[in-house]
Amino acid sequence: MIDFLREVGAWFADPANWTGNRGLPGLLSAHVGLTLASLAVSAVLALPAAVYLGHKRRGGALVVSVVNIGRAVPTFGVMGVIFPLTLAFSATARPLGYWATFVAMVLLAMPPMFVNAYTGVRDVDPALVEAARGMGMTDRQVLTDVELPLALPLVMAGIRTAAVAVVATVTLSAWLGYGSLGTYVFVGFAQRDQVLVFVGGLAVAVLAVITELGLGGLERLVDPLRAIRRRRR
Amino acid sequence: MTIDWDWIRRNLLEGSIWQATQEHLMHTVIAVGVGLIVSFALSLAVLRWPRTYAPITWVTGILYTIPSIALFTFLVPIFGLTSIFTAQVALVSYTLLILIRNIVAGIRGVPDHVVEASRGMGMTERRIFLDVQLPLALPAIIAGVRVAAVTTVGLVTLTVIVGQGGYGLFILRGIGRRFLTEALVGTLLAVLMAIVIDRGLVLLERLATPWAQRRRPA
Repeated sequence: MIDFLREVGAWFADPANWTGNRGLPGLLSAHVGLTLASLAVSAVLALPAAVYLGHKRRGGALVVSVVNIGRAVPTFGVMGVIFPLTLAFSATARPLGYWATFVAMVLLAMPPMFVNAYTGVRDVDPALVEAARGMGMTDRQVLTDVELPLALPLVMAGIRTAAVAVVATVTLSAWLGYGSLGTYVFVGFAQRDQVLVFVGGLAVAVLAVITELGLGGLERLVDPLRAIRRRRR
Repeated sequence: MTIDWDWIRRNLLEGSIWQATQEHLMHTVIAVGVGLIVSFALSLAVLRWPRTYAPITWVTGILYTIPSIALFTFLVPIFGLTSIFTAQVALVSYTLLILIRNIVAGIRGVPDHVVEASRGMGMTERRIFLDVQLPLALPAIIAGVRVAAVTTVGLVTLTVIVGQGGYGLFILRGIGRRFLTEALVGTLLAVLMAIVIDRGLVLLERLATPWAQRRRPA
């Protein structure tokens, strides 16, 4: 075990592993780049609809089915089904496997974003909404000045959940030929190189934990009730 | 891109679809079964010593956050590249947080006056737990098992990476050969298995909690 960890250490100490396409910085930036692109598109697709339905307090049944379907569909399978269909697009500037992973990641990220944003807006205390209307706020003002700020922590929680899931799952893109941190894992398995497999897993795990903690911190920062809660403590 | 019906017919006849189904189901059942046993033991500890709840949910929460592929790779130096233990230890780890939360919440959710009444009737603590608290907590526990099982069916599609079979093999090979039919069959069968298990557990819950049905107006 000690020997094994020493070998892992030696891998990280080798300058050859820090340069080029197959170097850690290169694969890390490809991994993060695809993650950010798919999260941005999911947010654009999921959040406005979720906020609107939450504001109207409609579509609860839709939310339940989105969650259930999202949980039952294996993302690896989605990638596998989309991959052959996207081969026609591979002539574009993106490398092989990019679009299939991208679409699968958008589909993976949308349910948690949608459900959290929807629940966050819908579950704002009706008394507060009533009070806001009583003060003469327009429907729009109720949404932007009352519901959205109060829902923000939950909206952020959805983005965090989605981000952690996508960071973890982009790893699979390596099997489709798109270089990501998963490249180490799949190449490692193919070459029966346990050190390389471990390096890949470690990199993905560290990235996932950083994403979780980083966005978790941001979540507390945007909570409009943070100051009040702190005073009460 | 069209569906290759001939491939499906051939694999049905040759039994490889059936074999993958058995493997996939076996991995799911083992993971959820072992997960349930471990979670139950840890939940008993939590109920007995409430101060253990925070550290137990903390550790299982960390396990839950570690990406599944990363968890596989961490187990590789211990169990090897293609071991059922590499797959199962990871799969079981993912069920723990969901199951423990539901078991503990279910037992704690039994109203105090019900437990008091049982005590008043002279039931021992052991009888109260087995005959009152556990049956009343069953809907919450089964709700947890449903989430754990559906999640596990999805995760088992990845255990092909550590040399296990199941529907993941169709997906992995389908991608490798850029063959839509194979990947599609693997995916749809995994979804189907998740739905069947989920519905089965709902049915089990109805059978196990007949009092909940009687209360409902016809």
